[in-house]
Amino acid sequence: MPRVWKFGDSVNTDDILPGRYAPFMVGEDAFPTYAFHLIRPEFAAQVRKGDLLVGGRNWGLGSSREYAPMALRRLGVGGIVAASFARIHYRNLLNLGIPAFEAPDVITELHDGDEIEFDLNAGLITRGAHTFQLTPPPEFLREALKEGSILDYYRKHQKFPGER
Amino acid sequence: MSLPRPQTMAEKILSARARETVYAGDLAVVEVDHVMIVDSIAQSVIAVLADLHATPRYPERVSFVIDHVAPASTVSVAQAQKEAREYAAAHGCLLFDVGRGICHQVLMEEGIARPGRIVLGSDSHSTTYGAVAAFGTGMGATDIALAAASGRTWLKVPESVKVTLTGDLRPGVTAKDVALEMIRELGADGATYQSVEIHAGDRFTRGERMTLANLCVEAGAKAGLVVPGGEILTHYGYEIPDFVLPDEGATYVRELTLDLGALAPRMSAPSEVDNVHDVADLRGLRVDQVFIGTCTNGRLEDLHAAADVLRGRRVAPHTRLLVIPASSVVMEQAMADGTLLTLLQAGAVLGTPGCGPCMGRHQGVLAPGEVCVSTSNRNFIGRMGAADARVYLASPAVAAATAVTGHIALPEDVRQEVSA
Repeated sequence: MPRVWKFGDSVNTDDILPGRYAPFMVGEDAFPTYAFHLIRPEFAAQVRKGDLLVGGRNWGLGSSREYAPMALRRLGVGGIVAASFARIHYRNLLNLGIPAFEAPDVITELHDGDEIEFDLNAGLITRGAHTFQLTPPPEFLREALKEGSILDYYRKHQKFPGER
Repeated sequence: MSLPRPQTMAEKILSARARETVYAGDLAVVEVDHVMIVDSIAQSVIAVLADLHATPRYPERVSFVIDHVAPASTVSVAQAQKEAREYAAAHGCLLFDVGRGICHQVLMEEGIARPGRIVLGSDSHSTTYGAVAAFGTGMGATDIALAAASGRTWLKVPESVKVTLTGDLRPGVTAKDVALEMIRELGADGATYQSVEIHAGDRFTRGERMTLANLCVEAGAKAGLVVPGGEILTHYGYEIPDFVLPDEGATYVRELTLDLGALAPRMSAPSEVDNVHDVADLRGLRVDQVFIGTCTNGRLEDLHAAADVLRGRRVAPHTRLLVIPASSVVMEQAMADGTLLTLLQAGAVLGTPGCGPCMGRHQGVLAPGEVCVSTSNRNFIGRMGAADARVYLASPAVAAATAVTGHIALPEDVRQEVSA
């Protein structure tokens, strides 16, 4: 069963992946193993496919480095729920197809190590008898996600969702 | 038809480039004037372009800048930079190679960032271009590749925070202190998804305006737009289109006034940029390394401010002073006017124009427990090296005074020391 990895407020891109472990420095194969290397060194070895990351305010502030969420995708992270996201990082998550939900009310109910089931496409998290409903993404994004991602949408239509 | 509502700078610039009138909250697809790609993500961008079976639609509007680890520190970095060079040559993109300088400084010097343009950079500090009323914003590799392939990008038109600067700075207080105070006031996520529109009147040089716009991203902002004034109108030969000037009566999500006369030198303490204090309250902490440089504060005026403090003095024996000019142009000017000699005679170590140790990759990485005062823009855990190394962000003048005493200090502390 997927578990919750709970973090606090202001988890920045250097926390997620320090700049000196970027793929162009340590190689394509090694860089994911440095995810949360400085603040939670056990993470990369212990995270399992489908696990959910839960953060507080301003998740992903800092650098535009897309390889930070790419490291999480490569490790199999199933989604991220936070009180709020920093904008460049949020776009990167979308582009990499990592489900990301702003849900300040839900995060207080989830604890580190909780075993959960979730269907992030339907926006549902279940822990035992408790079910938490997440707000679905806006229309523009749902349109893009139907094709997989904004990249997939552009590849197919040669324009952006909503563009005339 | 109703009359158009007054618009903010962001709304006006994006309307001009979306070819329709847009307001905060609207989704806009806009033409992009320039796409900037740095060495650290060039391979990712090239890979996404290949995946799209696309090449840059307007290659002359795409630049590669080798600045984040320049010159290369390892074989893998050298390989990444080689691929960027070869791609630029094969497709007719611009290339600014090792030593030319930091991407944001270079795009400004080259006249690529200009009033009214939309400039996307694969680096979060692309807000810097707002110094000349260009809508600059940072994006990740996929967005950047899509913009290069299509010549366009999508974005939500941001709400705007209006920041009005009043009064005059006291001696020894700088644009960096204004920016840190603004971030403290807004908070590290206080302007997320928003544009910070700075009304500075005729105050501040282009370089100082770059410092202000650069740091807006540390409040989470999508853009940091400084209303054109002062030397932006009189130097550089910029054409200032009407659509970069905000309308009277535009709608702001928040308005903030900063009285510059009340401001003292400020410092951002570990490990979040909005943890801002008066330097006077942090005075005396022993410092191992001082770093003067970066896209935030590596310009000629910054080196001048440091040299004014360091002239005729020596860096403290237990402290290292690293100085990295933001570009080759800055370096040449600082060489020609004697600034570099002043810095070197004081004991500074000089680096190749580029990002240097700002993100902890090379040229001055910190050991466990070390303390660094830096003129850069981030002080996160492990940002410049070991997880328990501590980074304090400040102006070049404060950094220079700290280098002289070896402890966090104000410029006046150094001057008093000599006259005493």
